[in-house]
Amino acid sequence: MAPDLTYKRSRNVPEQVIGGVLFLCAAASTLVTLGVVAVLLRETIAFFGEVTVVEFVTGTRWEPMFQEKHFGVLPLLAGSVQVAACAAVIALPVGLLTAIFLSEYAGPRVQGILKPLLEILAGIPTVVYGYFALTFVTPLLRTVFPSTDVFNAASASVVVGIMIIPTVASLSEDALRAVPQALREGAYGLGATKLEVSTRVVVPAALSGIIASFILAISRAIGETMAVVIAAGNLPNLTLNPLESIQTMTAYIVQASLGDTPQGTIVYRTLFAVGMTLFLITLAMNILSQWVLARFREEYQ
Amino acid sequence: MTRSERPVDDAARTAFHRRRRLAGSVFAVVCGAATLVGVVALAVLLADVFADGFRELDVAFLTSFASRFPERAGIKAALAGSIWIVSLTALIAFPLSVAAAIYLEEYAPRSWVTRAIQTNIANLAGVPSIVYGILGLALFVRALGLDRSVISGALTLSLLVMPVIIMAAQEALRAVPSTIREAAYGLGATRWQVVRTQVLPMAMPGILTGTILALSRAVGETAPLIMVGAVGFLAFTPQGLSDSFTVLPLQIYNWVSRPQDEFRALAAAGIIVLLTLLLTMNAVAIILRNRYSSRS
Repeated sequence: MAPDLTYKRSRNVPEQVIGGVLFLCAAASTLVTLGVVAVLLRETIAFFGEVTVVEFVTGTRWEPMFQEKHFGVLPLLAGSVQVAACAAVIALPVGLLTAIFLSEYAGPRVQGILKPLLEILAGIPTVVYGYFALTFVTPLLRTVFPSTDVFNAASASVVVGIMIIPTVASLSEDALRAVPQALREGAYGLGATKLEVSTRVVVPAALSGIIASFILAISRAIGETMAVVIAAGNLPNLTLNPLESIQTMTAYIVQASLGDTPQGTIVYRTLFAVGMTLFLITLAMNILSQWVLARFREEYQ
Repeated sequence: MTRSERPVDDAARTAFHRRRRLAGSVFAVVCGAATLVGVVALAVLLADVFADGFRELDVAFLTSFASRFPERAGIKAALAGSIWIVSLTALIAFPLSVAAAIYLEEYAPRSWVTRAIQTNIANLAGVPSIVYGILGLALFVRALGLDRSVISGALTLSLLVMPVIIMAAQEALRAVPSTIREAAYGLGATRWQVVRTQVLPMAMPGILTGTILALSRAVGETAPLIMVGAVGFLAFTPQGLSDSFTVLPLQIYNWVSRPQDEFRALAAAGIIVLLTLLLTMNAVAIILRNRYSSRS
């Protein structure tokens, strides 16, 4: 019997249509990125029509809603960096040690308990962390340092630090686990203790993954919004004192959009200029972390 | 250890090894203690919330609207809004994300286009949620004229969760053994038939788990919804896509930002409701994952 060619054809046409539709869905994700960039760029360019780039980048006062307006982004940038840096001081060591414990020390039963707990910690909404900062961490800080403001950077940093522990821990743990067992066994065979195997063999071998997890966690801390809005205050303040009230870039965006910001006004445009700054910083850090992973990856086969 | 550290005589060698063992024990304790930091923080946080909010929690709290009077205030509008938003987000984001994942895992050629799409998705997953809020404000609320509505909020959150769902779905598809595909191709199935009848059913529990986890992240999102104009005070539940809305985390934020203690207690009660919702979603995800991993 001759092969039924029409049957084959009719089967192939929808195949191609389906492939095309699936491709469009995947390609749509690039449209999202283009949309973000286009939207941010359009209003940011309009913003820089009214405010010079030099004033934005070097100005030390952020007072867009005052009679006499100032548009220096440095206080907001410093606020974000301060919160992220203090959070990193807490989360990076704690997260890495947690990862080492989970991957090198804990047995399957302990892991079975700890990992879901860390997942729950990672899944707690940021507004809850804000509540925790305001009603628990801040009062605690004020009993130790009575001069602490009600809204302060330290309290926000502590909860943001707790928030990013699971990010560091789970990504670093993946990196530690990817180190082949043979390396550990080789080191044990030479008489190394568990401490020596962990810190001189496993951690160095997983270093690219660990550093990538650090960078991602810091990038998350910079983009963190609600905990900072609730706990750190809304006062653009160029200070190094963590007990004072500050404002981060993300907190400003929320504060400005809570008020009435008609399209076309300078305040509306500041949302996009600050948003663009935030987007570029976090994007650069994400790309950096991917580059570290690719560039310094140790390949074992 | 370097040559110079190595002790020479027996007594020194014994002391040296004792020090090494001691250092090992100390390090084990330090690692264990560090792991407990996260666990203790979680316990303290939950204790703090329950101590403040548990007595506010009753049926009236769930069935009343927000109010200026704390004793009458409830979260009906916020709970309804959250359910609206998360359902719509699931309807929009799930099919698109799964389709994108199927393309990337089962169809895509190894080309620079595929690599670019993949890199782009990874980068989108790292964009702060508030930037999605800015996009939602400019695109859905203003440019498309959807205004401060349920649909603006759901579209914004869909964009936010899609990269996460795509990456989870890809992982689930990748876990399907290639022998399954080869066997199906060997029987003369087309690519789509292989995907639809073999690969997708096997990967579905994993895909659903990733989707539920991503959606539970969406339920907790506040900042992007503030940007697209969810309101903190609402005395009705949304009836359609173009209604204004509020969600649980936003209602909580609204209460937290008031100075009176009564409203703080309401915020804590709201958090308990939110966490209960999230834990339920997570439990479903974990059950799915366990069934999935026991089968393969």
